[in-house]
Amino acid sequence: MRILILGLDGAGKTTILYRLQVGEVVTTIPTIGFNVEQVTYKNLKFQVWDLGGQTSIRPYWRCYFSNTDAIIYVVDSADKDRIGISKDELFYMLKEEELQGAILVVLANKQDMEGCLSVAEVHQALGLDQLKNRTFQIFKTSAVKGEGLDSAMDWLSNALQNKK
Amino acid sequence: MAIKRDKKEEEDGGNPFQSLDKTSVLQDARTFNETPVEPRKCTPILTKILYLLNQGEQLGPAEATETFFAVTKLFQSNNTLLRRMVYLGIKELSLIAQDVIIVTSSLTKDMTGKEDLYRAAAIRALCSITDATMLQTIERYMKQAIVDRNPAVASAALVSSLHMSRIASDVVKRWVNEAQEAVNSDSIMVQYHALGLLFHIRKNDRLAVTKLVAKLTRMSLKSPFAVCMLIRIACKLLEEESSGEYADSPLFDFIEACLRHKSETVVYEAAAALVNLRHTTTRQITPAVSVLQLFCSSPKPALRFAAVRTLNKVAMTHPTAVTSCNIDLENLITDSNRSIATLAITTLLKTGAESAVDRLMKQIASFVSEISDEFKIVVVQAIRALCLKFPRKHGTLMTFLSAMLRDEGGLEYKASIADTLISLIEGNPEAKESGLAHLCEFIEDCEHTSLAVRILHLLGKEGPKTKQPSRYIRFIYNRVILENAVVRAAAVSALSQFGAQCPDLLENILVLLARCQMDTDDEVRDRATYYFSILQNQDRHLINNYIVEPPQVCVSSLEKALMLHLMETPEEVFDLSSVPLAPPPLSDEVQAAPTVVQEPLAALGRPAVSKEESASDRLRAIPELSWIQGPLFKSSDPISLTESETEYQVRVTKHVFKNHIVLQFDCTNTMSDQLLEKVRVQLEVSEGYQIVAEVPCQRLACSETSPTYIALQFPDAPNLTVTNFAATLRFVVKDCDPMTGIPNSDDGYEEDYMLEDVEVMLADQMQRLTKSNFGAAWEEGESYSELEDTYNLSGINSLEEAVRSVVSFMGMQPADRSDRVQPDKSSHTVYLGGMFRGGVEVLARAKLAMGNSPGVAMQLTVRSPNPDICELIISVVG
Repeated sequence: MRILILGLDGAGKTTILYRLQVGEVVTTIPTIGFNVEQVTYKNLKFQVWDLGGQTSIRPYWRCYFSNTDAIIYVVDSADKDRIGISKDELFYMLKEEELQGAILVVLANKQDMEGCLSVAEVHQALGLDQLKNRTFQIFKTSAVKGEGLDSAMDWLSNALQNKK
Repeated sequence: MAIKRDKKEEEDGGNPFQSLDKTSVLQDARTFNETPVEPRKCTPILTKILYLLNQGEQLGPAEATETFFAVTKLFQSNNTLLRRMVYLGIKELSLIAQDVIIVTSSLTKDMTGKEDLYRAAAIRALCSITDATMLQTIERYMKQAIVDRNPAVASAALVSSLHMSRIASDVVKRWVNEAQEAVNSDSIMVQYHALGLLFHIRKNDRLAVTKLVAKLTRMSLKSPFAVCMLIRIACKLLEEESSGEYADSPLFDFIEACLRHKSETVVYEAAAALVNLRHTTTRQITPAVSVLQLFCSSPKPALRFAAVRTLNKVAMTHPTAVTSCNIDLENLITDSNRSIATLAITTLLKTGAESAVDRLMKQIASFVSEISDEFKIVVVQAIRALCLKFPRKHGTLMTFLSAMLRDEGGLEYKASIADTLISLIEGNPEAKESGLAHLCEFIEDCEHTSLAVRILHLLGKEGPKTKQPSRYIRFIYNRVILENAVVRAAAVSALSQFGAQCPDLLENILVLLARCQMDTDDEVRDRATYYFSILQNQDRHLINNYIVEPPQVCVSSLEKALMLHLMETPEEVFDLSSVPLAPPPLSDEVQAAPTVVQEPLAALGRPAVSKEESASDRLRAIPELSWIQGPLFKSSDPISLTESETEYQVRVTKHVFKNHIVLQFDCTNTMSDQLLEKVRVQLEVSEGYQIVAEVPCQRLACSETSPTYIALQFPDAPNLTVTNFAATLRFVVKDCDPMTGIPNSDDGYEEDYMLEDVEVMLADQMQRLTKSNFGAAWEEGESYSELEDTYNLSGINSLEEAVRSVVSFMGMQPADRSDRVQPDKSSHTVYLGGMFRGGVEVLARAKLAMGNSPGVAMQLTVRSPNPDICELIISVVG
């Protein structure tokens, strides 16, 4: 099964990938390009692609869209200034033909930070109400503390199995 | 089954990739996008892509980028074999594909990861996709990798750093501490690569290199490769010191000590270094020669080959030192390795006595057909050296050469034989007739057009001066009947030479030329018509100036001058004398000094545009100078007006026009904390000269080089033109931040800097002009004005030295090989041809004699249509 982790730079994509793979917080540097790892969650094997979120790298996301089963879209809940950009990138991407069948998981990350937006606020700011014909769910997470990732992955595995 | 497969392999030549097609392979590469990745399917496809690329198949940027991104998908597989192919694929495709930085993170992870099999290859791939701006982001990892415990990783990082220094030398310079640490590595390879990088980083800082070498020669390096490198660096330093005195140098002692190293590689390197150093005396190289002598009897063919090849070269410079090896070399003549045998014989030919020549030639003849062209050329060169050494042996040697000429062989081989014969003919009057006969026979059956043309030219030049010129006509006219157009044209030119110089043959030649006017080729007809009409005229002056001594203008300049003429003044008569002359080829005896330390990254070859032409284009592009009339007559080589290590460096190039001289000062600012503005050179002009234009350089940042120009008008009287100008560099300094180069404030202060004097010399105003028949030209010049004077050239102790200094001082071309002084003669005459700016011909005859008093006496006679120029030359010599 093929999953993409996307989102703006500094949202915590690489940290989430390695949290899922090895269960630890690793020090990361900005991803120039991508990381790809095999992740096993409850006997399900996923091929997880973490694509760099810098402005210069975002145009290359589309090179990796084909055959994608699910997208994990990571949002930095504390970065109120750029949530609008995050929304634009999300909707721009969801228009792509190749991603029409992909399940969407939105992670409102960095919930451990003080003064961050709540899940409802993130839901609101990303305009997720407008989504039609798309299996999706939003979760609040903190990758550094490891909170919320399990429930998100549980939901995703179920949704992927139901899709079959 | 096995047999069947063998048979199949035989049928298609055993190469499974032979019939690969680019389109279908790239189609297959789409498999890379499928999930899950199948390593067993993808690895062979990648191999095919690499095979195609290495066979020179061209991929367009779009194709390459698509394939590259498909390859990036393969990172999801952890198959080691596939991953290593991926690295290779990335390296090859990174040169053509776009957006290759997309794999930066993946490669960085692999280079720092746990899998040792990945790390070295990942570093190499990473450096191939990284540019100067991205290098900073991986700098930390590169530094770590250089000092990594794993030798493969450290070596990969060091070598990649060397490559990166080409595009980002300032970043790589910061890794010098890590490289220093890697020099202490236990690994042979790492130590070698670390020294390579260290030297490359510091190579422009002489002091640092000296310190580095001093330190490393003391701490015996473990790696023989590193020691070899150190020897090369030491040699480079020794050569640069240029005092020519090695006796007390610790570097020299170090190289000599390496002769006793336990590694054969090092011993050989040291021996080769010693014999190749420019100023070693025969006594100093004796130990090196003994070592090479020992290697001659080694059981290892590679060692024997290296030793005899080096001895072969030494035989040219120190023949006496090699004589002691003669017995060992004799033994190598029968070596089963033909390359070794060839080198042994040719070395013996160089050192041996005249009496041994016949025996050795017989020996060579026995196996010359078995060796490759490359070694046949070595043999030919040895014979050439012999001919010069033992002129009396020319009979034997020439017969041998002409036999070789009839054998099978490539162009280069044949050309080297023809070269040798030609130089024999030119150098040894006794050999002329028989040599020409051999060459005539050769062109009867010569498949190489370029050689046939050269030989025909030579026949045209030398044939008319022989006792019986008529015998050559048949050979030449045969070419007109039998050969292709290029050769026919050359034959027509050769015939005309006979017509011009042998009056009794003229009538026959005219008949032949008349026939040539019927030729099917334009060029042949044109030449025949041209020569026919001049010869028919029988005007001595025309014949001399347009057949015997044709104008030697530079063809591309002529084309440019004609274009300009048509554009600007088509109604006037075109002035041929205003076109710059083609520079005569340098004599073949100029040998490049052997470079001891090859640059690791070879410089690009220089385009073959004449100095004048490129300078002329540059000057025309400057509005302040473009009005200067006439084509550029001559550009000098740049001359430094400052010491080499000073704050500001200035080099002057003199561009001479008919009535003007443009001085181009290339200024370099080496001060990192200064920005220079309004940079110009102030000249104190001597009498008669007049500054007509000045182009300052507005801005000169650190480590930049920019030109500023001054144009001067020559004095009307030529004898005022040779002079000195005092020069001062003037500019406005603005102090600035050394890192950013941005000035601290807008206010600057004026500063000036003394330069050495700018000299305008006779040679600057003179083009070399080849007179292939000086005697005729000199007679022709009887109508010119003539001046004569005698001088004593003090401080010159030999005739050769006197000839060299006269030729370079006058800037004229020696004619009829008169620059070669016969040994043991006490007098010599040089004939010189030249053209003064404005297209005035100058001829000179210098009679040189060694007297009882020290120095050389010279009687100089100058002929030129312009008496002022004669006067100028007579007055400035001495």
